[in-house]
Amino acid sequence: MLQGVNLACVRGDRELFRDVSFSVAAGGLLQVRGPNGSGKTSLLRMLCGLSNPAAGEILWNGISVRSRDGGYYADLTYIGHSSGTKDDLTALENLQISSALAGFEITAAQAVEALRRMGLKGREMLPVKVLSQGQRRRVVLARLLVCKTALWILDEPLVALDVSAVDLMRNLLEQHLQQGGMVVMTTHQEIEIAAAAISQLQLS
Amino acid sequence: MFFWIIKRDLLLAIRRQSDVLTTLFFFVIVVSLFPLSVGPEMNLLRTMAPGVVWVAALLASMLSLGRMFANDYSDGTLEQMLVSPQSLSLLVLGKATAHWLVTGVPLVLMGPVLGIQYDLPTDALFVLTVALLLGTPVLSLIGAIGAALTLGLRGGGVLVSLLVLPLYIPVLIFGAGAVEANMSGIAFDAHLSLIGAFLLASIVFAPWAAAASLRVSLE
Repeated sequence: MLQGVNLACVRGDRELFRDVSFSVAAGGLLQVRGPNGSGKTSLLRMLCGLSNPAAGEILWNGISVRSRDGGYYADLTYIGHSSGTKDDLTALENLQISSALAGFEITAAQAVEALRRMGLKGREMLPVKVLSQGQRRRVVLARLLVCKTALWILDEPLVALDVSAVDLMRNLLEQHLQQGGMVVMTTHQEIEIAAAAISQLQLS
Repeated sequence: MFFWIIKRDLLLAIRRQSDVLTTLFFFVIVVSLFPLSVGPEMNLLRTMAPGVVWVAALLASMLSLGRMFANDYSDGTLEQMLVSPQSLSLLVLGKATAHWLVTGVPLVLMGPVLGIQYDLPTDALFVLTVALLLGTPVLSLIGAIGAALTLGLRGGGVLVSLLVLPLYIPVLIFGAGAVEANMSGIAFDAHLSLIGAFLLASIVFAPWAAAASLRVSLE
């Protein structure tokens, strides 16, 4: 269970938000909403421990994520704005390396299988730099298929995806939530996800 | 994990060979300029050789420091490393090792060849190679701290040299000192032992310091 308690975020001398509290339990989806510049990405980066909250505490199963000993990072998959892929490496190499980095060593066959499910059949051995924006995004999102983590933190996962890929993502998210996973995501696109518990967090 | 990082960085280096070759050619050219400019005065060249080779090695190794984390930073891979369950220090050690394999090892191999230009005797060439072999990993490890501290800063390239070059001085003194000692016929093993000690100390402390700097730089 992921909890945020009275979080505040300050950028420079501007306060983006304060007293933000939420909790996400198994099977729960938290959608973070708000206009551009309202601190959605800052909040997600905070949840990943990439920056520290100006006030408040983030708890994973009751243990502060800042202590780094609650096993939080083994349970977390973060997909941010920047792709986290290397242009000079092939889609296959990118997927294998990024999942190894996340603690899941996969074989080439598993990686090919995941890329095919993401609709990248025949593109596995191409360097990522020759792929289109949407295809690169699919390479990144393929990590969700191979890294069996409980908590997904996704920053605008649907950007640059076409209709069929958005459908694919919806299925993926629903399946993950049904299996008791947790998702925290931001999106500007309207997407109907069936989940046991959906909560919205509005940042102004 | 450690090996995955090394494997990835080596793969990237193979795909983009110009980065590797720039460092090596810089080293070769700087070292070769001195005999051309000073003239064929053998005794002078022999005295200068260890210092020139080492200074050139420091500068060449520094030349590629900016790229150590910058690419990972801009494409988001570094964020992924920070949210990885693996120890960040170990990842940094992997990156420094890869940096050494890509930039340090060519210098070690090229050092004795360039030493011939300076008419160094064979055993001095051998000492030079051993000193470079022990010393260049220290350059990559200390450089990792500088690269991590200046990550994402404007004008980081100049700043990194100001931060890192003073820390390179001990390696320079004892690295060049070992070769000089050998040429003047006194024992050189103390110099090499000291470089070895720097190497061990930087393997322990540098990844930890660089990891802490990375966390600060990415905030």
